[in-house]
Amino acid sequence: MSRLPVKKTYKLFIGGAFPRSESGRTYEAEGQNVARGSRKDARDAVRVARAAQPGWAAATAYNRGQVLYRLAEMVEARVPEFAELCSGRDEVEQAIDRIVWYAGWADKLPQVLGGANPVAGPYFNFTIPEPTGVVAVLAPDEPPLLGLVTRLLPPLVGGNAVVAVASETRPLAAVELAEAIATSDLPGGVVNLLTGFRKELAPILASHMDVNALDVCGSDGDAPELERLAAENVKRVVHGRADVQSPWEIASFLELKTVWHPMGQ
Amino acid sequence: MTERRRPDPGATRSLKGPNYTQNMAQAPVVPTGFELPLEPRLPRIGSVDAVALEERAASLAKRSIKKDAKVFALELAIRVTDLTTLEGADTPGKVAALSSKAIRPDPSDPSIPSCAAICVYPNLVPTARERLQGTGVKVAAVATGFPSGQYPTAIKVADVRSAVELGADEIDMVIDRGAFLSGRYAKVYDEVVRVKEACGDAHLKVILETGELGTYDNVRRATLLAIAGGADFVKTSTGKISPAATLPVSLCMLETVRDVHEETGRRVGFKAAGGIRQAKQAIQHLVLVHETLGPDWLTPDLYRLGASSLLNDILMQLRKERTGRYQGPDYFTLD
Amino acid sequence: MSELDRKRDRTPAPQDWTYAPAPESRDVVSIAEQYGHFVGGEWLEPAETYETISPSSEEPLARVGQGMQQDVDRAVGAARGAFADGWSSLPGSERAKYLFRIARLLQERAREFAVLESLNGGKPIKESRDVDLPLAAAHFFYYAGWADKLEYAFPNRRPRAVGVAGQIIPWNFPLLMLSWKIAPALACGNTVVLKPAETTPLTALLFCDVLRQAELPPGVVNIVTGDGRTGAAIVEHPDVDKIAFTGSTEVGKAIQRQLAGTGKKLTLELGGKAANIVFDDCALDQAVEGIVNGIYFNQGHVCCAGSRLFVQESIAEPLIEKLKRRLTTLRVGDPLDKNTDVGAINSAMQLDKIKELVAAGVEEGAEIYQPPCTLPEKGYWFAPTVFTNVAQSYRIAQEEIFGPVLSVLTFRTPEEAVEKANNTPYGLSAGVWTEKGSRILWMAQRLRAGVVWANTFNRFDPSSPFGGYKESGFGREGGRHGLEPYLRFDE
Repeated sequence: MSRLPVKKTYKLFIGGAFPRSESGRTYEAEGQNVARGSRKDARDAVRVARAAQPGWAAATAYNRGQVLYRLAEMVEARVPEFAELCSGRDEVEQAIDRIVWYAGWADKLPQVLGGANPVAGPYFNFTIPEPTGVVAVLAPDEPPLLGLVTRLLPPLVGGNAVVAVASETRPLAAVELAEAIATSDLPGGVVNLLTGFRKELAPILASHMDVNALDVCGSDGDAPELERLAAENVKRVVHGRADVQSPWEIASFLELKTVWHPMGQ
Repeated sequence: MTERRRPDPGATRSLKGPNYTQNMAQAPVVPTGFELPLEPRLPRIGSVDAVALEERAASLAKRSIKKDAKVFALELAIRVTDLTTLEGADTPGKVAALSSKAIRPDPSDPSIPSCAAICVYPNLVPTARERLQGTGVKVAAVATGFPSGQYPTAIKVADVRSAVELGADEIDMVIDRGAFLSGRYAKVYDEVVRVKEACGDAHLKVILETGELGTYDNVRRATLLAIAGGADFVKTSTGKISPAATLPVSLCMLETVRDVHEETGRRVGFKAAGGIRQAKQAIQHLVLVHETLGPDWLTPDLYRLGASSLLNDILMQLRKERTGRYQGPDYFTLD
Repeated sequence: MSELDRKRDRTPAPQDWTYAPAPESRDVVSIAEQYGHFVGGEWLEPAETYETISPSSEEPLARVGQGMQQDVDRAVGAARGAFADGWSSLPGSERAKYLFRIARLLQERAREFAVLESLNGGKPIKESRDVDLPLAAAHFFYYAGWADKLEYAFPNRRPRAVGVAGQIIPWNFPLLMLSWKIAPALACGNTVVLKPAETTPLTALLFCDVLRQAELPPGVVNIVTGDGRTGAAIVEHPDVDKIAFTGSTEVGKAIQRQLAGTGKKLTLELGGKAANIVFDDCALDQAVEGIVNGIYFNQGHVCCAGSRLFVQESIAEPLIEKLKRRLTTLRVGDPLDKNTDVGAINSAMQLDKIKELVAAGVEEGAEIYQPPCTLPEKGYWFAPTVFTNVAQSYRIAQEEIFGPVLSVLTFRTPEEAVEKANNTPYGLSAGVWTEKGSRILWMAQRLRAGVVWANTFNRFDPSSPFGGYKESGFGREGGRHGLEPYLRFDE
């Protein structure tokens, strides 16, 4: 007689832990019951992200790069599981390589995005990029794993904390990724993943006054309304693409600070 | 080599005029000795670079103290401990038990030395005094509206007088941080001077509450101010807030104490209090003193550690050094 | 006597506190009796060998190969083969993953390497453990990230690998210098032949085991050990496209002469005689720490050491007093003891050089101070030394001593400090100590040095370009700029 496997429970990922939705609701996706996140879950995720963000930003760029590299290590260790939840092994390997690619940017950003400015006066003047803060990300449906990774890594590399809404129809890859994140040395709260109905969760994050930027990649036609909601606290709205890797993707979640200081005896 | 004025370290009172108990309006704007033209050699008030200070403290914390050097340090740590209880809920019963613990920290091992002192609120001084009579362990009382210091000067000075009358050997006062942070340095100085007067024969420790001072520059300044006012000891913290006696802040104060000694010959003691819970930390603090001030300061007359739960961790470490086994808390009395 | 009486009798008198020996265990590393050359992913039997020792005790550690012309020929051949055979055409992201592996392996085996470095080179374990190893791993990690991003580092220039790089490194930071050379070279798609210094080959040879664990394709990195003759063979080899040399200015000039007209790319990181400038408004105790770190870190075997202390006259007396007092707390001794601050001099030859220059200093009229310290009987040792009353014209103020010897001079104004600091053929580094921000920037602007440290000293990071002006060399290592020497551009 064949062995009965233990079935997984698909929960939210908030503050480094896996709670069920405070609403107690689930919905069915890909043949499983998945937590149906509520407005309060979104609220809690933002609060936790805000608390975790300063520590992540204050870590050295080298440390952030190493932590993200370790995330790649954790995903590499689960290739077969991930392959089942997306288009296959190829997509998983691309996702891993993309994580490594972005990890390598952590300690190079100011050298490409910033610099000293030759002002016309006896002043030392330099521009440095800094993370914007808490970023809400709407993950695309396709590709289920690579698309999510493509939108998660840019804000993370720069030192932001993220609250991401997984694909509504293909959420299992996101939950698996949350498990890899939980073992990666990423501090709790730096990445938070909500599963549920996009139409319920997206407007909450878009209108939240303590979210600094919104990535509408997976907004599925609702972008104009979300952009309108975002204007209330002047959020940076990013139209992220699911298929591109570039340092300019990182830059869209960074602020630029310019500092002056006189040079004199 | 310029001739330096080296006042007798014991005669701190000679630094001020003979009739000092007048009102504040007569307090000098700048403490005696700091007026222009400046003395040729004075400890500079100066700045402290935080990054470098913290690096130096971290580097000293990495010293590897093993075997007999470790046993020496652990025993020394006990001998310089002011065993402390400063709670609203303190009772004579609690203080009596703590006093006994200070005399004999480990009932199973009489070779373990006694602590330097007990540190309590004024109301508990009589109990402590009774228990500690004739043992060599001192009674230190906190006073001056501890821990906040947010009371009129007269009340704070009266608090000190009454603690001394109740039998305290040592007074741990707090500086007025409100005055310090709003630039009223003369008031801070004046209160130290008055408290020192009120202490009589009791020795005075001045608590800076470094966790509220904001910068190491301020810590250095406050240390110099307290010493100028007559402190016998400068102390980091009340133990009621965090951060308290971190290694960098202690190093900053120790360097200031060293500068005063080098420039004027005066020896001021240092007490690290608050946040020191593990024997390993105590040893790191001792390394700091050893490499900044030298072995002369490794005595309860010039160095103290204010702690409560630290004592048992030290005892556990000592027993581990002797037996080779890691210890558990069940084998050491709570008080 | 009652127990209480006994206790009262124990007057707590201050005693001196000697730290017990705290040696790091040698067991963590195993050293072979003999090593060959690592070529094409394999160990070549060396035709000729020599002995490498521990300079703190003169204990022989192993025999290593004295690389001859044929060894260098085979190494270059293997490097060329690996280059043509795919390393340069491997996607950058794959090269990156090899380098990330190497970084992680160095982190995992850090203790082993640190002990070996201290044993073979003489530096305190505290330094090899806390500085050399972490920085070496970080260097590989940093450059791994550039391997597949070169077009962002040089937009519009179409960067490509140069080919085979010949790399010759010094004995003061053996593994760290190896990482400074190999990491950027490989990231850019080159293959290398590297010669470690004659006296410190062992960590480079152990590194070959890391390459095996990382599964780096054979021939991408080749290590040939030996003395100056081996180095010359690498420099002169016609099939090497680029030479990177870190070492003495004298040898650097010889290499530059040798390569004249050959079209080979060259970078040089040579000697220095850095000015460490202290103003009267500095954070005094931290400045003393910085001065000490600047010249006694790694026994002063540092090209960018702060060997000329320029102290503003208004603060000279108290600062020098504090400095001398601080010197008495420096612990000189067994490099493997965790409490050692200053280790052994790397070789008998270097010790002789230091002694000669110190004798010259005394003869020329400078005032010498050395804190009391007991130096071990065996091994090569020199006590930390300060010369005061030094004139610019003294040999000790002009020539690089490369030892724990500080020369102290004074100045009056920022203008004068800059003039004197720049008055040297060298230009590697400089230090400025003042709490005034505008003065830091004003000085930094005027100091002719490749690295200016303000209110700190001897700070290194893989993202921070390092290299000299004038006779301290040309080219930069570290940062985006550190990629440039290892690339060709089709503009």
